[in-house]
Amino acid sequence: MAVDATLATLSNQLVYSAMAVYTGAMAAVAVDLSGRGARVAGEAKVLVGPDGEPVGDVASVTPSAPDAGPQPRPRTKIGGIAVALTWLAFALHLGGVVARGASVHRAPWGNMYEFSVSGAVVVTAVFLAVLSRRDVRYLGTFVVGPVLLTLGLAVTVLYTRAAHLVPALQSFWLVIHVSVAFIASALFTLAFSTTVLQLVQERRELARAAGTPPARGRFMDNLPGSVELERSSYRLHAIAFPLWTFTVMAGAIWAEHAWGRYWNWDPKEVWSFVIWVVYAGYLHARATRGWDGRRSAYLALAGYGCILFNFLVVNIFFVGLHSYAK
Amino acid sequence: MTDTMLPETAQPEPVRLPPLGPLGWARWAWRQLTSMRVALLLLMLLAVAAVPGSVFPQRRIDPTKVDGYLSEHTTSGPWLDRLGAFDVYSSPWFSAIYLLLFVSLVGCVVPRAKQHWKSARSAPPRTPRRLERLPAHASATVDATPEDALAKARTALRRRRFRLAEHDGGTSLAAEKGYTAETGNLAFHLALLGLLVSIAAGTLVGYSGQVTVVEGQPFSNVAVMYNTLSAGSRVDTGDLPPFTLTLDSLKVDFDNGSGGGQLGAPRMFTGAVTVADAGGPPSSRTLRVNQPVDVGGTRLFLVGNGYAPVLTVRDGEGNVAFSGAVPFLPRDSQYTSLGVVKVPDALPRQVALRGLFLPTAVVDPVKGPVSIFPGLTDPRLFLTAYVSAPGVDGLGLDSGVPQSVYEFDDKDLTQLTDDKGEPLRILLAPGTTFDLPDGAGSVTFDGIKRYAALDIRYDPAKVWVLGFAVLALAGLTASLFVRRRRLWARVSTDGEGRTVVEVAGLSRGDDTALEPLVREVLAEIAPQPQQHQHDPKDQHDPKQQDDEE
Ligand code: HEM
Repeated sequence: MAVDATLATLSNQLVYSAMAVYTGAMAAVAVDLSGRGARVAGEAKVLVGPDGEPVGDVASVTPSAPDAGPQPRPRTKIGGIAVALTWLAFALHLGGVVARGASVHRAPWGNMYEFSVSGAVVVTAVFLAVLSRRDVRYLGTFVVGPVLLTLGLAVTVLYTRAAHLVPALQSFWLVIHVSVAFIASALFTLAFSTTVLQLVQERRELARAAGTPPARGRFMDNLPGSVELERSSYRLHAIAFPLWTFTVMAGAIWAEHAWGRYWNWDPKEVWSFVIWVVYAGYLHARATRGWDGRRSAYLALAGYGCILFNFLVVNIFFVGLHSYAK
Repeated sequence: MTDTMLPETAQPEPVRLPPLGPLGWARWAWRQLTSMRVALLLLMLLAVAAVPGSVFPQRRIDPTKVDGYLSEHTTSGPWLDRLGAFDVYSSPWFSAIYLLLFVSLVGCVVPRAKQHWKSARSAPPRTPRRLERLPAHASATVDATPEDALAKARTALRRRRFRLAEHDGGTSLAAEKGYTAETGNLAFHLALLGLLVSIAAGTLVGYSGQVTVVEGQPFSNVAVMYNTLSAGSRVDTGDLPPFTLTLDSLKVDFDNGSGGGQLGAPRMFTGAVTVADAGGPPSSRTLRVNQPVDVGGTRLFLVGNGYAPVLTVRDGEGNVAFSGAVPFLPRDSQYTSLGVVKVPDALPRQVALRGLFLPTAVVDPVKGPVSIFPGLTDPRLFLTAYVSAPGVDGLGLDSGVPQSVYEFDDKDLTQLTDDKGEPLRILLAPGTTFDLPDGAGSVTFDGIKRYAALDIRYDPAKVWVLGFAVLALAGLTASLFVRRRRLWARVSTDGEGRTVVEVAGLSRGDDTALEPLVREVLAEIAPQPQQHQHDPKDQHDPKQQDDEE
């Protein structure tokens, strides 16, 4: 079947439109985070889910509990706009991914351009899914920003015209392996953002305890405390890690189908293994006295560094069986 | 959180100087090795140690590239080689790290498994005296008798599949649930061990090799037919499972431009093969990338393909000295292919040909002859020719030194030249013949066949590898998502003779759902809205408690 050029073009236009709307969302999210947005009068302080139940940690909204973690942030007009724009950008972005897939009659993740665009849409989807259950608007900047950056990189450096796949990639396992890898990476990305915030917040808390309140970064005061952020980060990591384990396993099964070797220590496999081991180290560290908190957070950051390295450096510069990037 | 619910290994270990004597040292070393901190260190070391294998070429994957690296880096290369940089995953240091890690794992998991076995069979622990100190606590006053209230508590907890024990002379209940978390954790770690063992077993009892099969030529599964063959120490290579495979045809599809502008990119390779198992009748099968052919547990994978020009070489005496298809190695994505033809039986002088095969040939003014499309649009064969001295084995095939089928050494050969004294260049289209000068004979380009490069593999342990991997994943998931919780319920009588019910809970790790659970259980025991809610955090704030009542 020939490639549908009209759909391919439509896909590109949708991706560009999504980038424009993401840029707007980014601005709105930043204003919201800075706490400058006008408050919506008369709104409940607790985020309410679709069923009318308060969402999130009930204990933490008890008004007079002195150390009960974050106060839910007030709903602001700009916050609402930010969320709406993110949804719109997501819809356009998803449309772009679907159109790309339809134009080539396959799952749209066969080269670096497609990986980046499809992977980014999963990051946004996971963020929006978490957002609908808990108030994690504070993460917005750290999600929309990287997504926008990824799309920018995709359309400029990594762009590849819509085309069919080389034989090795024509497999049902491509769909399984890569889609789960996306979800795991998206969760690791959110967890990474949370971990960075956790470390920054911890420094601010320590500074304040030492009697030297930090002068800059006032917006951080709107965020949950470091203990709460650490917990969120752990939860995200704990979901992402088994998914990554599955990704590696599915990759091995696919490798066995394609090449007869379930594990060949090809550079891409090496790095997937390294990522797995580093995050296993993070989970261990969190259960080890003297290594919990800050030190295990550093391991989590190292793990994410490996993910970025695997995607950006290994795909492009290392030669192996996985050299689909070129 | 009480210490009873922390993992054993996470207990702080006092730094003690080891007692003297070898036994003392051994005990000390063992305790260190099986500590969580050392396990963590070894995990990190393993991650770091794996990295060089992605940077340096590895012998197991691409030995020619390793040779290339060594010839380019004459000083650092040999040192790197001595350090195992080209065999990272079988190097002593890499093996040492993962073996230590697994020893540590056994030393860690076995005592834990024992303890878990014991605790899973013993009753849930006694009810703490002061339930209100626990992280989640709620109480209510009810009209029912203490016995009835406790019976209700029992029902509520049993319905949630808690294990129960009665304490304090029948006035309190202890309940526990979530042993699966620890079981999962142990299963995960033991499955990793199983994974390692089955991978190792696979290398002992399995074999693997590469062959090149040209269309129409049969392959029999015997060691001499392989280009390369490596087998585990438990495999008798003289007695491989017998079968034959014939590649009837190999169909290739390249992108012709309609596929989105990646002209010439491969789209599908399909081999039609006939397989004859020992005893069985021959059967026709399809072989594709991602679709191997299985012959009694041995699997054949299509990993590459190329062109094999069919040539006939007549020698100086007019006899056919060579006739057949010669696989050429593709050098680029357009299948510009290189190969050689060795004709040791040519008389009186041996002949050797070095060739360049182009499926779609153009002659570029700068780069010379190149192929611009991988399909057979306009095939051409370019050859240079060498001869030995009369009666001399210039090819050195009798010397006993093994030679590549894709190369020959021309130091004892003479290159044929044209009448201007330039090296002779032979250009052949299919069906044409070229007469070699100096009465060396002739070369005929009869046609073109395709060949398939196959990987052949037998690894009976791989189902075990898969099984342990699945077990590891299941165990991990249970370990991360099952909550281990303890709940207690106590009944007592207050000053006015009414029954007070208290429910409290404790959980391993942070558990936001514990509080709601405690309240839910209490609501089932005391359906009236007379609950005292209690959050340990606002202990000093009685006003608020009143508000909530
Ligand atoms: C092959 C190397 C190992 C890997 C890949 C590995 C991986 C993991 C992972 C991913 C977890 C997280 C699961 C959870 O939190 O429940 C975990 C937990 C744990 N591991 Fe390992 N592990 C390894 C070796 C070891 C060794 C050698 C020890 C003992 C020293 C050990 C002791 C533990 C303990 C006690 C936990 C539970 C932590 C908790 O209670 O939260 N592991 N391991």
